[in-house]
Amino acid sequence: MDPMAEIKTTFFQECEEQLAELEIGLLAMEAGDHDSETVNAVFRAVHSVKGGAGAFGLDDLVRFAHVFETAMDEVRAGRMVATQEVVKPMLRAADVLADLVRAARDGGYVDHERNAAVAAELTALTGQDPHADADDDDGMDEIAFQPVQIAQFEPEPAGWTLRFKPRSELYRKANETVLLLRELARLGEVEVELDASELPLLPHLDPEGAYLTWTVRLRGASSESDVREVFEFVDTDCEIDVQPTASDAAPEPEAAAPQAEDAAPEFDVAALIRNAQAQVADAAADAPSVAASVTPTVAPLEAPHEAPDDHAATAAPDPGRQDAGKVNANVSAPTIRVDLERVDRLIDLVGELVINQAMLAQRVIEAGMARASSVAVGLDELEQLTRELQDSVMAIRAQPVKSVFQRMPRLAREVASATGKQVRVVTEGEGTEVDKTVIERLADPLTHMIRNAIDHGLEKPERRREAGKNPEGVVRLAAFHRSGRIVIEVSDDGGGINRERVRAIAAEKGLIAADAMLSDEDTDNLIFMPGFSTADAISDISGRGVGMDVVRRSIQELGGRISIASRPGLGSTFTMSLPLTLAVLDGMVLSVGDQTLVAPLTAIVETLQPQRSDVHSISGGSRVITIRDKYVALIDVGMALGYRSEPLDPEEGVALLIEGDGGSRAVLLVDAIQGQRQVVIKSLEANYRRVDGIAAATILGDGRVALILDIDALVSASRGSEARLLQTG
Amino acid sequence: MSKIILTVDDSRTMRDMLRLALVEAGFEVIQAEDGVHGLEMLEGQAPDVIVTDINMPRMDGYGFIEGVRADPRHRAIPILVLSTESSTEKKMRARDAGATGWIVKPFSPEKLVDAIRRVAA
Repeated sequence: MDPMAEIKTTFFQECEEQLAELEIGLLAMEAGDHDSETVNAVFRAVHSVKGGAGAFGLDDLVRFAHVFETAMDEVRAGRMVATQEVVKPMLRAADVLADLVRAARDGGYVDHERNAAVAAELTALTGQDPHADADDDDGMDEIAFQPVQIAQFEPEPAGWTLRFKPRSELYRKANETVLLLRELARLGEVEVELDASELPLLPHLDPEGAYLTWTVRLRGASSESDVREVFEFVDTDCEIDVQPTASDAAPEPEAAAPQAEDAAPEFDVAALIRNAQAQVADAAADAPSVAASVTPTVAPLEAPHEAPDDHAATAAPDPGRQDAGKVNANVSAPTIRVDLERVDRLIDLVGELVINQAMLAQRVIEAGMARASSVAVGLDELEQLTRELQDSVMAIRAQPVKSVFQRMPRLAREVASATGKQVRVVTEGEGTEVDKTVIERLADPLTHMIRNAIDHGLEKPERRREAGKNPEGVVRLAAFHRSGRIVIEVSDDGGGINRERVRAIAAEKGLIAADAMLSDEDTDNLIFMPGFSTADAISDISGRGVGMDVVRRSIQELGGRISIASRPGLGSTFTMSLPLTLAVLDGMVLSVGDQTLVAPLTAIVETLQPQRSDVHSISGGSRVITIRDKYVALIDVGMALGYRSEPLDPEEGVALLIEGDGGSRAVLLVDAIQGQRQVVIKSLEANYRRVDGIAAATILGDGRVALILDIDALVSASRGSEARLLQTG
Repeated sequence: MSKIILTVDDSRTMRDMLRLALVEAGFEVIQAEDGVHGLEMLEGQAPDVIVTDINMPRMDGYGFIEGVRADPRHRAIPILVLSTESSTEKKMRARDAGATGWIVKPFSPEKLVDAIRRVAA
């Protein structure tokens, strides 16, 4: 990749981080945190975005960031107090900034009107004209000089005579006269004259004092601004006088040099400068090496301006320095960035190792080794090590959920303002880690749930007031680990689920019978049914045909489960429990025909021993089974996957009640259950091709490939028979 | 021996850009992420030139420059300030802290290398 393109990618990644910092900081400020470090962090975030954007010529972004930064600077400098009236527009500005960053990265629509409105809000805060100082960043002074230069010097100028008298401050800032003279020498031929007359006698000499004055005659066509630019860094630390050289004064170089020698006989300044000039001229293209090669030549020159010069001494190369310089800076960096592919490869390999270890263990047992034999004990240790290795490798991919949680406050603000509600988002356990893939796929369901919580969960401020609640609703987002899984809770302190309405809607949509007896819990769970939507009118926010059923499906695709608990008047809590990684799976190992299959443990509700009398054949050759007076589709896995042509006698098999997409249930009929095991998931699509009814594959301890069932696909394939049953029954 | 440049900047983007420009120009580059880190790095090595940002967490550029100047081993190292501000006030403040010179962001690699050449012995 082109290095600049790569840096641009880094820039956008960094922007995301800065935007997150910005949001966190502003939210803290909104909550009353006036700590200067918080304010500084916010300022820095905007400042960094602006700095990088400038480097890539992203002008829209620079302009807006500048306005934002100006406002932040007022707060930082203590000229403006971060009241709610100040922080709220800044939060909006943070949103605009985020949009601009994304527009710059991905292209797409930019709402210029809104941006201008927010920029105007910020400007109103500071009371400044946004355009007044927007240009000062481009301000290299010489730009202003150039037109003048053309007008002023029609004929070739004879050159310049400079009188230059450094003050000690110049040296204290590590500027060097010799370097300035070298720069002048790059502009044209120079004659340098040293006036050392102010040099005191040794007892009175301040080692850090500055006593010397130089007069330089520069010949050639340089402009005054070129000459002045040489002294750009030092102009406040020296006396500098630049005059056009009188034409008769120019051709007298011989006169100047002896004078210099008179003043400081040991140091032939003119010769040194000529020397430097020659080297500069022939190697101008290679700046660093020029500088390096000049060093030995000019080193003695440092003596005249500050004879016993301790800083010159320390600046000189010492033997330890070369070695030290070779130490790579990255050694001290606390993190490294690694291509995700490499990590995935490592995870794959460790997966193989786990399988290999299991195979080895099985063979050792098959070979008749005693459990207490040293080989078996060694294998146990190996197993522990491989498990640890696997956990550690998985931890590389683990990331805190913070990156997803951080997006939610903004979303909440937008939803709140669109629905006229007031909301505060509280997050807990942001540091809880989970696999990167899981995090990426959490964003959509979480977004939807936060929208729902505000749109459907929270009441309008006036209703809340009537109910004796704070008009500002709270949506809480929490993450924590529980028994090897990550649990994420989204709760609101709204009105809770209106069960009467839910029942009425479900009945109206034909999801339940009008007189169905449902527990509170069952009623709450109706909202996960496909095609259910509770909003009275389809609102702008949540009613886009995407319901909780989609959320549930996304969670299940991740191997997770979602449940709801609701208390009328107090609010609702959605709890999601997800595996920490998508690379391993807790599975139930099953025998079907002569095949071994794996069903994800999360999908299994219960196992049961079916009676022949519970199973009924219906039209089309499919069967149903009665479980606690309910008909559930019976899927003969061997038949469904083509392992056998004759249906399995239910009394010879084991039935698994499974729950798939949208809570729909089915029963899988298999020959036998072998046991529960953690398996390493291998993609079937990547290694073979997609197979209906199969989600992935794994390799068992005996080296055989076992297919992992795609529960949702099996359940939806059985839907047809269930639907028929609903009509007849 | 190529010159060693220490860059101090909290932005990864900036660090990458500095590294790219400086390595291409033949410098050896070492990098720190903020003022505190920069001072720590100076414990082990002596760069020829330091290029530092101003706005950084933990210790800003002014603090860093003062820290370098207060150390007799390092006080003669030229320090260039990378700044988005070209305002005289900001320049003065950097200069008061002991900065040798400055580079206005966004910088071109030429401008950067030129500024380093101007202050590097």
